[in-house]
Amino acid sequence: MSRTILAVLLLVLGLGMAGPGKTGPALAAGYDGDVPTAAQSDRITEPESWRAIRQGEAGYIGGQPVARGVLIQSEGEIWRNFRNGKLAVYAGWLLIGVSLAIAAFYFIRGRIMMEGGPSGQTILRFNKVERIGHWLTAGSFLVLAATGLNILFGRWIIEPWLGKTLFSWLTWAGKWLHNLAGFVFIAGLVMIFFLWARDNLWDRYDWGWIKGGGGLLKKGVHPPAAKFNFGQKTQFWMVILVGALVSSTGLNLLFPFTMGDIHAMQVMHLIHAALAVVMVLFILGHIYIGTIGMEGASTAVTTGYVDREWARTHHAAWVEETEKGEPKAAE
Amino acid sequence: MARMKFLCDGERCIHCSGCVTACKNEHEVPWGINRRRVVTLNDGKPGQKSLSVACMHCSDAPCMAVCPVDCFYQTGDGIVLHNKDLCIGCGYCFYACPFGAPQYPSTGNFGGRGKMDKCTFCAGGPEADHSKAELEKYGRNRIAEGKLPLCAEMCATKALLAGDGDMVSTIYRERVMARGFGSGAAGWGQAYGEQKRERAREGAGAPGKDK
Repeated sequence: MSRTILAVLLLVLGLGMAGPGKTGPALAAGYDGDVPTAAQSDRITEPESWRAIRQGEAGYIGGQPVARGVLIQSEGEIWRNFRNGKLAVYAGWLLIGVSLAIAAFYFIRGRIMMEGGPSGQTILRFNKVERIGHWLTAGSFLVLAATGLNILFGRWIIEPWLGKTLFSWLTWAGKWLHNLAGFVFIAGLVMIFFLWARDNLWDRYDWGWIKGGGGLLKKGVHPPAAKFNFGQKTQFWMVILVGALVSSTGLNLLFPFTMGDIHAMQVMHLIHAALAVVMVLFILGHIYIGTIGMEGASTAVTTGYVDREWARTHHAAWVEETEKGEPKAAE
Repeated sequence: MARMKFLCDGERCIHCSGCVTACKNEHEVPWGINRRRVVTLNDGKPGQKSLSVACMHCSDAPCMAVCPVDCFYQTGDGIVLHNKDLCIGCGYCFYACPFGAPQYPSTGNFGGRGKMDKCTFCAGGPEADHSKAELEKYGRNRIAEGKLPLCAEMCATKALLAGDGDMVSTIYRERVMARGFGSGAAGWGQAYGEQKRERAREGAGAPGKDK
């Protein structure tokens, strides 16, 4: 506000920035001629009208979209400062920090093993439809995350050693992949919601799982869980909620100006980018625990089968339930 | 070295749109794109005022700062230009620009944008001066011919001034002194005002453009 007033004052007093030593006598003192009456009234309203312009007041514009009647949109500066400032800085440090934390967890806690080692007996954890749902979401997410992070950081990290032309081509291709993968992601999101939402509701094992720290902190501790434990449920609802927000803001960006004006676009973009980074952080943990972080976990979404011992270690209640009904033990 | 600036005198602009027409014709700008536009404030009311606006070639250009592929560059005399071969049409420069200067030919589905187009201060692009490629992508390069932007040259009332910033502000100041009213150069604070943030203009990435 004070900056605006200062700017208006400078403008009223003439061009303050025109350079020292060349300014001549002050306007108000130097002028002594006849001033037309119309202009006198004009002079009074002038600071307000300049202020209005700076605050984005629109004028009339013939033959062009009405939005182009805005002379100055100062919100662009806010968008720029947030994107290049807070967003890029915090996102960058969080990505580095969380990656380091995961690495530290790996070195301190080590790989989470099956109690008693693999049994050789496998049981079906995710059927084909579930696996397709997982990979529609996961595959598209990997593409979206990589291309999205490239838009935010590539200029500083990749461009220097790829060169402008190659990097521009890469980012152009990435932009198209991002646009298209978005639809796949939405499809996957809808699919896994219907497949797994019921299994991700709060159940009687969750409190015990939380109290036991999920068995993450101490070796040999494995609080029982049904098909999904509380950690997985948190992950699931994060993916659904944040994913839905990122998807809807993404659609808004994909069809520019159909759902809002430029300010809406700016806000949507910032929400989209910030939440997407949050999602990447969560998924880093998910990928870790699904692969190198835990023995026997990854086959659940590749072949669909897991070792019976893995299931008994991590999802005791689920094994009991499935084996009570129909023994699904295979091989 | 000269620092090129635009200034539109709101007391003189009569909304004839000569600048818009001159620009479109000189650069053969595609249909639907206007690098310059004239806006009328308080249309039909007391205090009506028109202003011609285009890219102001800001000192600390927001477009340049946010471009994900770094396609912008600033010449030694402060003109902000861009490389259309690098542009991916993401639209970020339009979100950031205070003056609504960047425009995109619409191509394809999903509101897909083509390569961004904006005022070049009649200084062309990164291609060789007066080359066919430069003409087709960016329009004519009058600066290389020692001429100033055509919009300002054509302005019948000399409301629109373009050229060395010191000279432009001297002319404007003399005008304001002589007439005794109507000071305030729209957009100057926004485009050139924040001296502390002024980018060191070494003209990097501008092959053959810097003198």
